[in-house]
Amino acid sequence: MAEVLVVVEAGVKKVTLEMLTIARGLGSVSAVVFGDADTAKLGEFGAEKIYTASGADVDGYLVAPKATVVAELAKRVQPAAILLASTQEGKEIAGRLAIKLDNGLLTDAVAVDADGTATQAVFAGSAIVKSKVTKGLPIVTIRPNSVTPSPSAATPAVEELTVAVSDQDKLTKVVERVVEQKGSRPELTEAGIVVSGGRGVGNADNFKLVEELADLLGGAVGASRAAVDSGYYPHQFQVGQTGKTVSPQLYVALGISGAIQHRAGMQTSKTIVAVNKDAEAPIFELADFGVVGDLFKVVPQAADEIRKRK
Amino acid sequence: MNIVVLVKQVPDSGAERTLSADYSVDRASASNVINEMDEYAIEEALKIKEAHGGEVTVLTVGPGGATDSIRKALSMGPDKAVHVQDDALHGSCAVATSKVLAAALRPLNADLILSGAESTDGRVQVVPHMLAELLGVAALTGARKLTVDGSQLTVERQTDEGYEVVTAATPAIVSVWDTINEPRYPSFKGIMAAKKKPVQSLALGDLGIEAGDVGFAGATSQVIEFTKRPARSGGAKVVDEGNGGEQLVSYLATEKFV
Repeated sequence: MAEVLVVVEAGVKKVTLEMLTIARGLGSVSAVVFGDADTAKLGEFGAEKIYTASGADVDGYLVAPKATVVAELAKRVQPAAILLASTQEGKEIAGRLAIKLDNGLLTDAVAVDADGTATQAVFAGSAIVKSKVTKGLPIVTIRPNSVTPSPSAATPAVEELTVAVSDQDKLTKVVERVVEQKGSRPELTEAGIVVSGGRGVGNADNFKLVEELADLLGGAVGASRAAVDSGYYPHQFQVGQTGKTVSPQLYVALGISGAIQHRAGMQTSKTIVAVNKDAEAPIFELADFGVVGDLFKVVPQAADEIRKRK
Repeated sequence: MNIVVLVKQVPDSGAERTLSADYSVDRASASNVINEMDEYAIEEALKIKEAHGGEVTVLTVGPGGATDSIRKALSMGPDKAVHVQDDALHGSCAVATSKVLAAALRPLNADLILSGAESTDGRVQVVPHMLAELLGVAALTGARKLTVDGSQLTVERQTDEGYEVVTAATPAIVSVWDTINEPRYPSFKGIMAAKKKPVQSLALGDLGIEAGDVGFAGATSQVIEFTKRPARSGGAKVVDEGNGGEQLVSYLATEKFV
């Protein structure tokens, strides 16, 4: 059975396990890991083989060396498919691979059939398309929260790859990596629960209320564009068009009117609840449960109620 | 500095969008606008020109109707535009589109190529790195801040965890998020001046590209099925009369979230 390459970014994320789960339906699973490999975890979810690549030539430059490593490996092992995460970096590696291998690519897939047909949510989740790569092998990026990861034990063989990158791959240096995200909240795109605040939250300080509810529910914090543009919350937490697309089990919208640009980033969530003082707010057209009221009264009461039930 | 800004015309993301019968993006029924993120790229180009001198060229690949977006872009202040249009381009995939862009970019000899971080229709985010690969230039993508010091570029690249500081020398391509600046509104003078600015129209033949390598004929991927997702319908809605928070948690408990 041909190998399926699953490109793993730093650390094993939820989307990694989802990719491994999807990859098992396409062939023999081989993980390509940049940095230290969590052999046990990757094996638990079915990786038969693990390729590792590390060092300053990979770490010190933006994306291009990683694409070269994957492309060289693909030329050698002739995989049945290559899966990457639908993150900024995953898509960027995929784009470079498509050029290097003169190959088609499909982004933001939520499922991949055995024959390589990918299912993608498009136009803000308002439509579904099925697509195929018609030139070369399927190179597909997988959106987080697409499938439920399921374990399937394997004992992976580990191979360290020789990294041979050209000067061309070293044009963009990474001189500093700054972590701004605070606390231990789950990552926004991978979280099972997302609690988001909008313009109605009123100011940056009030976002504590949103954070409190998110922490009580074990969720991530998001923000609408209006809230981000007003400086209430940092841009990397923006949900919607020009921000992140999330698809959690539960999405809680607080003081968010539900403009189409916001819906673009969250309307494939499984369950949506909303609190807004405007009964006519479009968010209620999507919400499975809505409370028309003042979020500064409703949210603290909800937080107390959750504490009581714990 | 010789700057080229990539501008794409897209269906308005605030309106209903769909695919045509041939599964290409339907550009006829929706109103078409400049891809919003590209306006930030134009603004950044103009700011760099104002500080360091040079010239700003808009480059668009798109059908005849994209002229509206090109004039709109020029009304913000760029000097000229190049419009690649050819019926054979209809249905082009990202790989083919980037090859066309690369072919149009080569003779322009840009020091800096600017683009939006993503388009609101495809949201694929791959074109800047594809171009970097094709042109052999540096790519600094997802910028929330760009500093130009001679030929040295420094970018704060937005990441999920925070940001990365990345550097490269020109020639380079930089893609920008909407946090990088506040695009100017075209002035009346700008709108009038845009009508007289040169727009060079190029066909595939001018770029040495075969029609069979682009469009549906040369596509590297194919849509085989398109279905509209049924619209969500709103569920229960209660008006808070002092126990809205409790009712909310009761609902979450029923759904096993608490």
